[in-house]
Amino acid sequence: MDNNILVGLAGVLAAAAPVVFAAIGETFTERAGIINLSVNGTILLSAMAGFATSLVTNNLILGFLVGAIIGALVALLVAFSSITLKQSQVAVGFVLTLMTRDLAYFLGNSFMGQAGPRIPPLNIPLLQDIPILGTLFFKQDIIVYTSFILIVVSQWWIFSTRQGLLLQGIGERPAAAFVRGANVNKLRYLYTMLGGALVGLAGPMFSLSVKAGWKGTISGLDGIGWIALAITIFGGWNPVRVALGAYLFALLQWLGLVLQPSLPNIPSQVLQVAPFPLMILTLLLVNIGNAEWVERWLAGMPAPLRRVVAKVLRAMRTSPPASLGVPFENE
Amino acid sequence: MKVELQQIDKHFGSVHANDHITMTIPAGTIQGILGENGAGKSTLMKILSGFIQADSGVIKLDGKKVVIHTPDQAIHHGIGMLHQDPLDFPPMRVVDNLVVGSPGGLVPNKKEAIAALKKLQERFGFQIDPDAYVETLTVGERQQLEILRLLWLGARVLILDEPTTGISASQRLKLFDTLRKLAADGMTVIFVSHKLEEVEVLCHRIAVFQRGRMVGEAKPPYVTTKLVEMMFGKAITLDERAPCATCDPVLKVEHLEVEDTRLHICDINLEVCRGEVIGLAGMEGSGQRMFLRTLAGLTRPVGGKVIVHDKTLTGKTYASFRKAGVTYVPASRLEEGLISGLSLTEHFILAREQKGFIINRDAAVKETEENIDQFFIRGKPETHVEALSGGNQQRALLALQRQDVDVLLIEHPTRGLDIESSIWIWSKLKARCQLGATIVFISSDLEELLHYSDRILVFFGGKVSEPLDAGTTTVDQLGQLIGGLGMKS
Repeated sequence: MDNNILVGLAGVLAAAAPVVFAAIGETFTERAGIINLSVNGTILLSAMAGFATSLVTNNLILGFLVGAIIGALVALLVAFSSITLKQSQVAVGFVLTLMTRDLAYFLGNSFMGQAGPRIPPLNIPLLQDIPILGTLFFKQDIIVYTSFILIVVSQWWIFSTRQGLLLQGIGERPAAAFVRGANVNKLRYLYTMLGGALVGLAGPMFSLSVKAGWKGTISGLDGIGWIALAITIFGGWNPVRVALGAYLFALLQWLGLVLQPSLPNIPSQVLQVAPFPLMILTLLLVNIGNAEWVERWLAGMPAPLRRVVAKVLRAMRTSPPASLGVPFENE
Repeated sequence: MKVELQQIDKHFGSVHANDHITMTIPAGTIQGILGENGAGKSTLMKILSGFIQADSGVIKLDGKKVVIHTPDQAIHHGIGMLHQDPLDFPPMRVVDNLVVGSPGGLVPNKKEAIAALKKLQERFGFQIDPDAYVETLTVGERQQLEILRLLWLGARVLILDEPTTGISASQRLKLFDTLRKLAADGMTVIFVSHKLEEVEVLCHRIAVFQRGRMVGEAKPPYVTTKLVEMMFGKAITLDERAPCATCDPVLKVEHLEVEDTRLHICDINLEVCRGEVIGLAGMEGSGQRMFLRTLAGLTRPVGGKVIVHDKTLTGKTYASFRKAGVTYVPASRLEEGLISGLSLTEHFILAREQKGFIINRDAAVKETEENIDQFFIRGKPETHVEALSGGNQQRALLALQRQDVDVLLIEHPTRGLDIESSIWIWSKLKARCQLGATIVFISSDLEELLHYSDRILVFFGGKVSEPLDAGTTTVDQLGQLIGGLGMKS
């Protein structure tokens, strides 16, 4: 394979790493039954704050720590207002996402355009020499490796551990989890904050590696959080599928850049924006089996074809945790 | 284990749900708790199982006073409750359901859980596949799973809240056998129900509840009329069946073929007369619901014809069916039938045709009041529907149906209702038949099917029986057909 393409694809894996973190963080939160809509603003604020912290202290780890803390604190606000005060999660999330975004632009003014620290690449000895795979997976930096680990660990946690099953339970049917001994609201607090911290880590991943630096409104980060939310749904609240969604998005963005020189007739804006409608289209295709008109349309098809199509649609279809966004009371 | 409840008291706002209830249940007994909807049975059981807490009162197990704050603590003391709607996780596998909330390390030992499940299943003759998804099980199987789970966790007192709602006749027999076995092993079983005949057959003793109080206790032999009097404070009788008139076909089904992900039923033929009542019987999920929804145009059949009043409506939408005089009354009252958060008046505004652009509130309130009187709905025009009890919701739902419909399709018309409400609902439905309406309904209650239908269709394993004459069929025959015996292949 052409080395340029390989390097490009490796870049796709790297560019997707923060989105993987944000979308898996949101997956944990939503699995617990809480919607945290503040993702977009959280990423911006933690990107700015993480960059500023590392710039001032010259310490990368501190930058990430600050990012995670900001994410967890914003999530704590969402959790407190929705679980304890029983307010609308959607309204609170929206307000927080706008507030944190503007806060990021306002507070980040003095750090704009400064050159700061950046995560160095970390080639893994021996493994990096494997043809193709070495370039793709083992000539990355630490955050990409961490994103791989996160995918595996979160998949294992949700589907193979006792705690993970309980997590599924509190988002699916909190009353049933409650009779099985779960402290539903405490767990919801915990997972909302854990999810928020993972979202918060996505910020410094951008500002200290993928899109190093802080450039205010032209940082190109605004909107990523909404994509992460969409990817959570597209991935059916399943970490591996969520990660695939993140990679698909990064791949589309990369293709937009690569194809631009060979397609001079298409305005550059089209290719830049194309990944967004394409993501929506994918979402639509994945969940089209839910629609009533599709069922009606299917009933009119000849039998063998009907069965095949129904099977494919069913395999792709995902359904959200049944109690997503519903507060829990045991009376 | 001996269970003693002393002076249990519980208020919900202004409602006195449990008024100083005292009762003692010895080990090895099946204790029946009888009462109409809202009599306070479920509240008391939720208190005993730690789901909610009493305002005051004492619980003693084997003579020792215990404090139960959560369901977790209840199960530690050996008290397990099977809720009316099994509290499990439909999208999860059976084995995962079993493991959630069980004590142990980070990674659960599924093999051990499956082995334990198999052993328990053998003891009671259950057959649940540990790898199946819970949503593919019938309500009866989900109950069995919950019972096994509670036993696995070490329950010695088993509480069942209206467990026979929504399960088939054969599953009910199996459930009763299981409960008898458990009682024989020294377990205490508390069986909450509003169905007299079940409590009489199963229980060693009965406590009757009315309006938050325990109004009496009984031991066998039971006298039904006395129990009814205790429950309602008055005697109630069933009315007689009216003979069927000559046939004037309203609804015709020809070679109908329906299909969903699990089931395929072909060649259903049926002709329903004016004023006739057709009952659809079968275990939950045998296709009767899909058939009924097809008759309403909510599901499109994959073959055959649906004809209403000589008009072929196959493949048309519910709107066209409605125009032709068909109406569909779903089983889940609050999810599909009524709109939570809207008042009774607002429901009538939506259901009735309005003149002009702006709502005439006064007229709507007046009409609502008339309907409240006529249908004995315990509520006010401004009451929100979710605040009504089940029986009153069903009455409201019935009141909302247009008066000019010819074909009423009803799912479980009396599910979860007490005898008095059921009799009342059916008297209204029968009155509609007298006026020429046709009714097709689904029920899992054999007595209801036999008593109110003219003919019955039995669904089993992807097949449909010929229409049976309800007048000459017995409960046993119907039960066997539902269980698949004697069905033509």
